[in-house]
Amino acid sequence: MARSPSSTRKHAVLLSAALATSVFASAAAAEELRLITWGGYAPDDVVAQFEKETGIDVQVTLSNNEDMISKLRATGGAGFDLAQPSQDRIVGVQRQFNIYKPIDFSRVNTDQLQPAMVKATQESTELDGQYYGVPSVWGTSGLIVHNSVADVVQDYTDLCDPAVAGEVSYRLKRPTLIGFAFAMGMDPFAAYDDRDKYQSILAKVQEKLIDCKDNVKTYWTGGDQLLALLRTGEVKAAMAWDAGGWKLNAENPEIRFVAPESGALGWIDTFAIPRRSENEEAAYKWINFVMQPEIAARITNESGNFTASKGADEYVKPALRDAYRESFDEAAINNIKWYPPVPPGLETLEGQVLDTVQAAN
Amino acid sequence: MRSSASRLSLWLLLTPFVLWIVLLVLLPHLQMLRVSFQVRESWDTLTWGLQQYQNFFTESYYWRTFVRTGVMSLFTTFLTLIIAFPIAWYIARLARGRSKGLLFMACLIPFWASELVRTYGWMILLRESGLFSSWLQALGWVDGPVEMLYNDVAVIIGLVYNGLLFMVVPLVTTLDGMDENLVEAGYDLGGGHGTVLREIVVPWAMPGIVSGCIVVFMLTLGSYLTPVLMGGKDSAWFTQQIFTQFITRFNWEQGAALGVLLLVLSSVMVWLGLKVTGQSLRKVMG
Repeated sequence: MARSPSSTRKHAVLLSAALATSVFASAAAAEELRLITWGGYAPDDVVAQFEKETGIDVQVTLSNNEDMISKLRATGGAGFDLAQPSQDRIVGVQRQFNIYKPIDFSRVNTDQLQPAMVKATQESTELDGQYYGVPSVWGTSGLIVHNSVADVVQDYTDLCDPAVAGEVSYRLKRPTLIGFAFAMGMDPFAAYDDRDKYQSILAKVQEKLIDCKDNVKTYWTGGDQLLALLRTGEVKAAMAWDAGGWKLNAENPEIRFVAPESGALGWIDTFAIPRRSENEEAAYKWINFVMQPEIAARITNESGNFTASKGADEYVKPALRDAYRESFDEAAINNIKWYPPVPPGLETLEGQVLDTVQAAN
Repeated sequence: MRSSASRLSLWLLLTPFVLWIVLLVLLPHLQMLRVSFQVRESWDTLTWGLQQYQNFFTESYYWRTFVRTGVMSLFTTFLTLIIAFPIAWYIARLARGRSKGLLFMACLIPFWASELVRTYGWMILLRESGLFSSWLQALGWVDGPVEMLYNDVAVIIGLVYNGLLFMVVPLVTTLDGMDENLVEAGYDLGGGHGTVLREIVVPWAMPGIVSGCIVVFMLTLGSYLTPVLMGGKDSAWFTQQIFTQFITRFNWEQGAALGVLLLVLSSVMVWLGLKVTGQSLRKVMG
C-alpha cells in the first residue's frame, strides 16, 4: 500500500522482465503438469528432480478427496492434468459427474508396482470394463493414543469411555461412522449395496455418537489441528491417520498409533486422469517417475505413508519403518478393513447422520 | 454532441461495474436459485421441485442451525455496537491530534492480517494450554488448565473482534460531524447523561449505527472460519452447513437452497432493521 514510487518502478521493471521471460519461455515450449494432490505426495526435491530430468514444469495444488472432486466437478474435469483421489471415491463419482478418463495401463510401468495392490485398485475403480485408477500411496486410519490411556482406548468405541471424558477427538466424517460401526460389531461394507440395512447400521452409530458427544473435546477438521491438540496433551486419544501418529511418535515416544481391535481402516490413494487433462503424456511420465522405489521412498519419508512401489521399503527412514512395524503386527495387517467403492447416494445418507450428530445436544 | 460524449464516457466508466455486478453477482445467484429447485431423482437424473426447501423445514437440524446463526449474529452485532460506541466516541470527540490518528490505527492494524491469522491468535490465547489458562494458573486462581475454547462464548468473542472495525469506522464518521453545542444545549436544558445520550447523541449517530450494524450483521452471518475453528461440537454455523453440502456431500442442490435461504434471511433482517429504526438505505449508505 505505502510503497515508495521508486520501489514501485523497480517492481514494474521486474514485472515486465518476468513477463518477457515467461513469454519467451512459453514460446520455447514450456510443458506443464498440473497436479492436484495431498500434502506430502509431491515433495519439493522430487518435483525439482522431475523438472530437471524431463523439462516439464510441475504445478502442485494441495487438496483432499472432497475438494478434489468438487473442483473437477465444477469444471467438468478440466484444470488439472493428474489427480490423486482415494480408490473408493472414484467409481461413484465417475458415474455421477464423468470427470475422469480411463487409465491406459500400457503406458504405466506396472513392473515397479506391487501386483496385489494394482489388482485391488483396478477392481475397485472398474467401470464398464475400464479402469480409472493406478495405486499410489496407502495408509490406514485407526487410533492415536497417549500411553496414559492406552489401557482404556483399544477400539473406536473406547473413545466414549468415561475415563477419557473431555480428552478425545475425532472427525465428524464418514470414516468415523464406518469405524464405529465395525467396533460395534457390524459390517458396514457388507451393507453398502443394501440401503435399508446400511441405514439401520447408521441409525445405531448415530445414537452411539450422540451419546459419546460429551466425551469429545472438539471434532477435528484438519490434520494440523489434530496434531496440535495431541502435542499439547489437550487430547489424549483420537481417531486419526497412521502417518500423523508416527509423526507424533517421533517427537514424543509416549504417543503411539495403534490399530484398533476391530481393525484399522485401509485406504489407497490413486493416480486418476481428469477427463479434460491437457497433458496426459506428462501425467504418465510423473506416475512412472514417482513410483520408482527410491523416489517413492522419499514420498514415504515426507508424507509418512507407504506407497504401492515395489521395493521402496528398503529406502525408507528406519525410524518410520520401526514405528510402522510397532503399530502393525501380522494380525493387525490382515485385519485391515479396506474401503470398497462407495455407491452413489450413500454419502447423502451419511450426511444426514453427521448433521444430526452435529446438531444434537 | 457534448451530452452524447459525456453519456458515452459515463457508460464506459460504468461498464466494469455493470459487468462485475452481472457476471459475478447476479448470474451466479440466478444459477444458484435454479439449482436450488432441482431435485436429484436418482444418481443421474434431475427434475424440478421443492424437495430441498422441504428438507429444510422437515429436518430440524437445518432450521435450528439457521435460527441459531441468526440469533447469535444479532447478539454479536448488538455486543459489537455496545463495545464500539465508547471507542468511537473517544476517538471522535475526546482524542486530539496525534492520539486520534494513533487510536484509529490501533483499530485498523489487526485487519492487516487475515481472518485466519486473527482467529488463530484468539485460539492461542483461549485454548487449554494457552496464555490465559497459564496466567490464571500462575496467579493461583485456578488449580488446573481451563478450556476456554470450543464454545459459543469463544465464537462470539472472535466474531465481535472481527466486526469491531466495521462498527467503529461509521460511528466515528457520524460522531465527528456532531456539533458540540447540541450536547451542551442538552445539558443546559436540564438533561442528564442518559437523556442527552438518548435524545441527542443516538438520534444523531443513527445513520452510523445502522450502517455499522448492517455491515457487522452481514459479516457475522456469513463468516465461516471463526465459528468452524473456535466453535464447539454443538455450535454449527449455517455457512458451515452450506459448505458441507457443496463440498463434502456433493449435494449442490441442497447447498444452493440453503444459500438462497441465507440470502433471504439477511435481506429480511436488514430490511426489518431499517424499518424499525426509521432509516432508509440511501441515508444509511450516504
